[in-house]
Amino acid sequence: MTSAAATPMSARYETVIGIEIHVQLKTASKMFCRCPTDIEGAPPNSRTCPICLGLPGTLPVANRRAVELVLETGMALEAEIVPVTRWDRKNYFYPDLPKGYQISQYELPLTRNGRLAFETSEGPVTVGIRRAHLEEDTARLVHAADPGGRRVSLVDFNRSGMPLMEIVTEPDLRTPEQARRYAEELRLLLRAIGASDAEMEQGQMRVEANVSIRPVGEAAFGTRAEVKNMNSFRSVERAIAYEVERQERVLDAGEPLVQETRGWDDDRGVTYTMRIKEGSDDYRYFPEPDLPPLRADPAWLEEIRGRLPELPAARRGRYTAGLGLSPYDARVIVADAGATALFEETLAAAGGLGLAGVTPKLVANWVSGEYLRLAKQATGEEVELAESAGAAARVRPEELARLIGLVADGSLSGTSAKQVFERHFTAGEPVEAIVTDLGLTQISDRDALAAAVEDVIAANAAAVADYRAGRQQALGFLVGQVMRATRGRANAALVAELLRGGLDDGGTTG
Amino acid sequence: MASAAELRALTRLHVREMAARLRAGHFTARELAEAHLALAHAQDRALNAWASFDDERALAAAEAADLRLAGAHAAASAGEKVAPAGLPPLLGIPVALKDLVVTRGRPSTAGSRILEGFVGPYDAHIAERLDEAGAVVLGKTNMDEFAMGSSTEHSAWGPTSNPWDLDRVPGGSSGGSAAAVAAFHAPVAIGTDTGGSIRQPASLTGTVGLRPTYGRVSRYGIVAFASSLDQVGPFGRDVRDAAALLQAVAGHDERDATSAPLPVPDYPAELPDPDDEAAALLRGVRLGLPREYFVKGMEPGVEAAVRSAVRALESAGAEIVDVSLPHTDYGLATYYIIAPAEASANLARYDGIRYGHAVRDGDVLANYLATRGSGFGAEAKRRIMLGTYALSAGYYDAYYVKALKVRTLIKGDFDRAFAGADGQPPVDALVAPTSPTVAFPLGARLADPVAMYLSDACTLPVNVAGLCGLSVPCGLSEGLPVGLQFIGRAFDEGRLFRLGRAYEAITATADWRRLEPTDLPKLDDPATPTPAERTARLVRR
Ligand SMILES: [Zn+2]
Repeated sequence: MTSAAATPMSARYETVIGIEIHVQLKTASKMFCRCPTDIEGAPPNSRTCPICLGLPGTLPVANRRAVELVLETGMALEAEIVPVTRWDRKNYFYPDLPKGYQISQYELPLTRNGRLAFETSEGPVTVGIRRAHLEEDTARLVHAADPGGRRVSLVDFNRSGMPLMEIVTEPDLRTPEQARRYAEELRLLLRAIGASDAEMEQGQMRVEANVSIRPVGEAAFGTRAEVKNMNSFRSVERAIAYEVERQERVLDAGEPLVQETRGWDDDRGVTYTMRIKEGSDDYRYFPEPDLPPLRADPAWLEEIRGRLPELPAARRGRYTAGLGLSPYDARVIVADAGATALFEETLAAAGGLGLAGVTPKLVANWVSGEYLRLAKQATGEEVELAESAGAAARVRPEELARLIGLVADGSLSGTSAKQVFERHFTAGEPVEAIVTDLGLTQISDRDALAAAVEDVIAANAAAVADYRAGRQQALGFLVGQVMRATRGRANAALVAELLRGGLDDGGTTG
Repeated sequence: MASAAELRALTRLHVREMAARLRAGHFTARELAEAHLALAHAQDRALNAWASFDDERALAAAEAADLRLAGAHAAASAGEKVAPAGLPPLLGIPVALKDLVVTRGRPSTAGSRILEGFVGPYDAHIAERLDEAGAVVLGKTNMDEFAMGSSTEHSAWGPTSNPWDLDRVPGGSSGGSAAAVAAFHAPVAIGTDTGGSIRQPASLTGTVGLRPTYGRVSRYGIVAFASSLDQVGPFGRDVRDAAALLQAVAGHDERDATSAPLPVPDYPAELPDPDDEAAALLRGVRLGLPREYFVKGMEPGVEAAVRSAVRALESAGAEIVDVSLPHTDYGLATYYIIAPAEASANLARYDGIRYGHAVRDGDVLANYLATRGSGFGAEAKRRIMLGTYALSAGYYDAYYVKALKVRTLIKGDFDRAFAGADGQPPVDALVAPTSPTVAFPLGARLADPVAMYLSDACTLPVNVAGLCGLSVPCGLSEGLPVGLQFIGRAFDEGRLFRLGRAYEAITATADWRRLEPTDLPKLDDPATPTPAERTARLVRR
């Protein structure tokens, strides 16, 4: 008999998660004014104008590019494009909201009813996308002390009016991992489209999770907590896992849950109460009279649809089904823009150089293996989604193609090739020059290797005996000894063949 | 240099006369500006028509205009062909702006203490346009706080008096602009009309005022009251002057997404100077007389003047047909849901954090309460509360959504009248009273907001429907001006101007046309009470 407490939590409760993600769109100017969007690192209040400061008499004009990016995202999410949408005012008072209302979309978002499929360790999952709409960002409050030491709050309006897309899922997610994988997949998609750089650390992608639990078999949703302040994918997963456990502890103790907003403390690994919701907020939404409704002209929509690039899921499908890559390689390469570019360009370069032996699988091995290993080392990035675009710039696709070609035709050993690649990655010299410089051309000449093979046989009597006694592993050891003796330049397959011949002969002569 | 009396005579001229004499070198733009400023300053105590004067910039603009005029003269005497069209029509012409037009480096308070000290860091679209036209902005005129009112008594800077009777209101909310034009402080002035705020004060001060179609003039830089109803428009002492001012400011502006990308006709060119030509414009015109506009509570003298004007139009060749606008009665209720709802959001930005009036009283909430509590006047607060209520969860559908539906019905009434329906032939325009009453005494409606709201019963359906309306003087009742309103299809301002001009022509010799505002002499009396003092005395009585 197991006690209730020892039963795995998941066996008694079901977790329900819905995710709201705010994404800063990659446009040249702000949502409703012409201020530039290069606010990262800009001096406070240097990217402002009468419009985004909410001065009397100013009026908004919608940024067409921002609308297009949301429509593109909606199309990528297989969502419905709402033919006539409008803007609404969301009214509340706060010092970071200069007009006293935020221009957003309430009743008629630009797009709705989409979905996104992604992979998890437990298999593929599809989440419903309730809506994706456009709104403006708020200013940023900075809490500081004045020269007299008093606590003051300062407002930086650089962020005020930055274009934001809000993407809301249905409450379809069931595990913290699913939530994380969804967010990661969405980020890939947004970057593929060019809608956003979606850097969580820079606040370009803000994830909020609505988390609740309910007894297994119960249809009604439990009391939910809205979890905020997660600034990495890892923290999304950790925060939700913590929150689920916390809610289970509360319910197990026979206490009620309260509807609240909770913050994630990454250092302590806990969520904490930010705000208890008493009743529902009344934002008094009403149609924004300063902006006419937005009509999606079919020709415009077609033009936007035509611009859609290959999406991450389609690309992975092409890599596995079309090019024969392993699902692992496909996932790892597509997850990284730099790796994707290097993979595609190296394949193309190999074609251009007529290197028939350089197969997609071989290129994928190099990109997902050595290349990403070095790229992560170089950027000090330990999270899974390394952004290696900078590192990729150092590797010239045609050089990588040549290198793989040398291995494929037996001119260079795998070990030497790694050495060459590392030097190319670091110093950028052509592969051929490095190979010559290091004297690494593979030795595939039987006569040249014969002496080394004989020496190794002579010097390793114990291993030779093992081999002759039927232990095949001993052959590997002996091959390794020959490789060492030739500083890795020997053709390993040829060495094995020569060793076998020598050892089998030696049975009669020795 | 002209004598003081001669200078004052300049202020009696119409825009086209000023323009012609400036070009002929009879006087300079600087003299013209000085004449107007001197008069306006001298009468400011008695009238309180102005919120702020801008003598310095006005004189600089006038001198710049004189330089342009001198350049044109030099070119002409050198035998070069001078294109008079090359000089803008408003070059050197004094203009007054309502105190909600934001201009760079100058105050704009919108009649509210909460904007005390606010200095605009940019120019409104119409301010830029007037600058380009060479107009000379004299300053900003008093108004009801945030344009909420029909008497200019809801101003943080005290009420404005009516030049026809200093114990009476000039109407509102653009009462300062109306009074300034009626008292010859400026030949033309800018106002805004959200529910009648140009036409009603025009009616009460015997001036001409046009509310253009929603979208005709950019709202960029106009302090917002109700965004879907606000429009900028002109005041003048006759139709041609008002048309010249609209011409200078109308047209598409990409900074206002609700501004219409339509070409603007040449309004003044369509208005003949000879009266017989102008009167001929009435031939074959069909005008609808909406029976619902002769409302309960209309003063008999007003009704008589309006009906007499309609008869005059008919005898001059216009066909008058009775029409019905059945949803007129719902106009007031619809307006008083939509306008306050929008205002409640538009006025949320006044929080004392970035500009204007600010009271520090502790935490964020305390600062809000203290700043807004002391910064807004009673009427602004009343409308913020009305609007907040109408938008609140549980009431939104019953009030706001319903009001939007009724708005569609009211618009439909006008569409049917203009298109012809129910056996009625289509009409070219509607003709109606502007205000049900003449100017009322200071203080008379302050204690009764609903009575105040009824002042706009005949004007606000035009705003609700997004149309244009023109008020022209059509006579006197008890010695006070009465206005006649022409209502037109969307973007049909040109026709309204032609009708107004034709009406002027056929009544050119009427006795009432010869009268000037009757309290003008008192305006120059330095001992005369201020409008606020008059109000106190009248309310006490
Ligand atoms: Zn801006």
